[in-house]
Amino acid sequence: MSRDFWKAFARNRGAVVGLAILALVVLAAVFANLIYPQSPWDMAAMPFQPPLSDDALLGSDTLGRDIAAGIVHGARVSLLIGLSSTAVALLIGVTLGAIAGYHGGVVDDAIMRFTELFQTIPNFVLAVVLVAIFTPSIANITIAIAVVSWPPLARLARGEFMALRSREFVQAAITTGQGTGTIILRQILPNSLSPIIVSASLTVATAILLESSLSFLGLGDPNVMSWGYMIGAARTVIRQAWWMSFFPGIAILLTVLALNLVGEGLNDALNPKLARKGRA
Amino acid sequence: METGSDILLDVRDLTVALPQGAERPNAVENVNLRIARDEILCVVGESGSGKSMTAHAVMGLLPGPHVRVTGGEIAYRGRDILTMGGAEQRGLRGDRIAMIFQEPMTALNPLMRVGDQIEESLKAHSSMEQSYASKAARRARVVELLTDVGLPDPESLRRSYPFRLSGGQRQRVMIAMALALEPDILIADEPTTALDVTTQKQILGLIRTIQAERRMGVMFITHDFGVVAEIATNVAVMQHGRCVEAGPAAQVLNQPRHPYTRQLIAAVPHYIEHRGDFLKRGDALLTAEKVRKVFHLGGGLFRKGRELVAGDDISLTIHPGETLGVVGESGSGKSTLGRCIVGLNKTDGGRILFQGQDLAALSRNQFRPVRKDIQMIFQDPYASLNPRHKVADIIAQGPVAFGESRSKATARARELLRLVGLPESAADRYPHEFSGGQRQRISIARALALEPKLIIADEPVSALDVSVQRQVLDLLEDIRHRFGLAMLFITHDLRVAAQVCDTIAVMQRGKVVEMNTAREVFQNPQHAYTRTLLDAIPGKGWEIPEELRTGTAGLAGRGAVA
Repeated sequence: MSRDFWKAFARNRGAVVGLAILALVVLAAVFANLIYPQSPWDMAAMPFQPPLSDDALLGSDTLGRDIAAGIVHGARVSLLIGLSSTAVALLIGVTLGAIAGYHGGVVDDAIMRFTELFQTIPNFVLAVVLVAIFTPSIANITIAIAVVSWPPLARLARGEFMALRSREFVQAAITTGQGTGTIILRQILPNSLSPIIVSASLTVATAILLESSLSFLGLGDPNVMSWGYMIGAARTVIRQAWWMSFFPGIAILLTVLALNLVGEGLNDALNPKLARKGRA
Repeated sequence: METGSDILLDVRDLTVALPQGAERPNAVENVNLRIARDEILCVVGESGSGKSMTAHAVMGLLPGPHVRVTGGEIAYRGRDILTMGGAEQRGLRGDRIAMIFQEPMTALNPLMRVGDQIEESLKAHSSMEQSYASKAARRARVVELLTDVGLPDPESLRRSYPFRLSGGQRQRVMIAMALALEPDILIADEPTTALDVTTQKQILGLIRTIQAERRMGVMFITHDFGVVAEIATNVAVMQHGRCVEAGPAAQVLNQPRHPYTRQLIAAVPHYIEHRGDFLKRGDALLTAEKVRKVFHLGGGLFRKGRELVAGDDISLTIHPGETLGVVGESGSGKSTLGRCIVGLNKTDGGRILFQGQDLAALSRNQFRPVRKDIQMIFQDPYASLNPRHKVADIIAQGPVAFGESRSKATARARELLRLVGLPESAADRYPHEFSGGQRQRISIARALALEPKLIIADEPVSALDVSVQRQVLDLLEDIRHRFGLAMLFITHDLRVAAQVCDTIAVMQRGKVVEMNTAREVFQNPQHAYTRTLLDAIPGKGWEIPEELRTGTAGLAGRGAVA
């Protein structure tokens, strides 16, 4: 990791572009209050202003709110929910996967059947139900998204742990008297991280999509501006005012695309053996 | 090479370039080889010597575009293969020049019946060989070939899938495939390395018979001088991509001239006559009584899986300071025994008494204090060290787990590194910066860190090149004397066991069939299976030249670091 890592990462040009886009989104989220100090919910212009009007760069919506301000502020929610729900999903998924993969046998069977329970229910439906039951707030949406996104991570971690636990260095750790916790955390986990990180970067992208879809359905946090909400609110006037849904849509598209590109780059850099050939 | 009249393959000044940034510019440099009719040329060398690259260059199997031939020529009956067109080269491959590979387990397509795979090469060349144009003719030929390579019941074997066959049988199928079109030249790339000794003996015999019957020229690549002594007519020794010595087998084997050849021959493990008998003193350190281990394969909640008996009634004893060699072929249960003793596997019966305590009856937690006394050295030096940990941490992990302070354990790790012949600076580096032999030294240091009484060494040198193997064996020998260690040395190679062990236990199908002093086992084997194993040692008819026997050569190798 470090110089070699960056070299390998930079070799994938798409990943560098993705990282640049992602950096822009992060900057927008961080400096949202500086760029658009006013609340994105405030009326800033006449309603239905097309893009490039005097007081609204990307136009205004049905209530005269600035679309550009909404996008910049919406970036916060998208990133926040994307990252924190992935963090929670990682915590649940990797923990369960590690225990299942390391112990195998009955423990593995029990945990995997539990995981399958979640996998058989369609992701989005479950998320909708959870949010509907627990009232939409940022915390609840995050948890709902985490609950539906951990199973693939658990499966991945389980596979990695299963493959690594029979490796000789793990057995050597057992014979030198290390405890199970130490072996899982110090010996196996660091060796299984690369594919998990790659997969997590893609989970962030899915989480952002999920959050947008929930907001689109009106299940977003009513107190924060989000891209999904903007599209949802504009869908009735999509034929008269395309820009209201177009720009937030582009924001989602670019962010998710950037995350996927970065994920691919991470894959090339972290798993050099799996990197697709022919690029060198 | 006096039979110059009938040269089949003439490799002249062959140079194969490696991509930029590799450890050396050329994989093969100015190599000259000649194979005549009726002769077996053994190309000998350690890993990375370029011996396989040479063979692959002949077969057009180089991993292009980065690795390619940059100079010289490869002439088949006087015509340079390298200047031929693609179609012509393909016509030659399989038809006139055939190849067999090292790994019989992966060289066959698992989803195709064995007979169909052999038939495929007949079909591919059927435009030239009119006789194989009809399906029935090809069928008949397949059965004939399978009979020729000594496979039982060829008619039904033809319709089997590869997974039903053992390693030896698969290698026979590979040979049948190579022989399908009666090639002039057979290239065999370490064809017996992955096989058990007794199977190796059969395959070597088969290759020799077939070569003589069909008057072929064979290029046989190997790292084992025993195998060379067994079958070679001529020998070429390769080192770092260059051919350092070539000549008739008798001359190279008995009067080696180049220092590298001498070093390789001196490193061939062999029985040491002058070793004093081990005197058993005191009580046994470890006694295994009727140890039994059954593996349950497959199965699940509702069905019962297959059972595999790996250990069935294993009994043996080790005394303090004794090195007990456990010898046997794959599947004999020797590794299972070792793993049961260190508590990696649970036994299904019998007792393992260590200093009077039954290890088999201990739970995982109760076992923990014993781990200090029994340590293990693993086979694969590339898999046994955690790639994400520094060497010092790897060695110190045991003492730290037993409550030693990190600084003290690390200081001790540095001492141990010096002890196993590595510089102290190795402590701050990661395992990938070391060679296989050096890694095995780190492994040994890790095992020593807990100051054990017994070390289980599971094939500790079988993944290493011979010269490195020799150094690691010397190190083990040195260490066990210095610390008065007892060692259970698991190996498939009787020659290695002969060199390091006081006592030898021969295992077959989960049982110890014979246990005696190394001298008795070698000079006066009692059990029929022991005799079969001894008989299968490659090159047993060949005596290593006097001046290269252990003692002198062993000491010379000790100073150098693997």
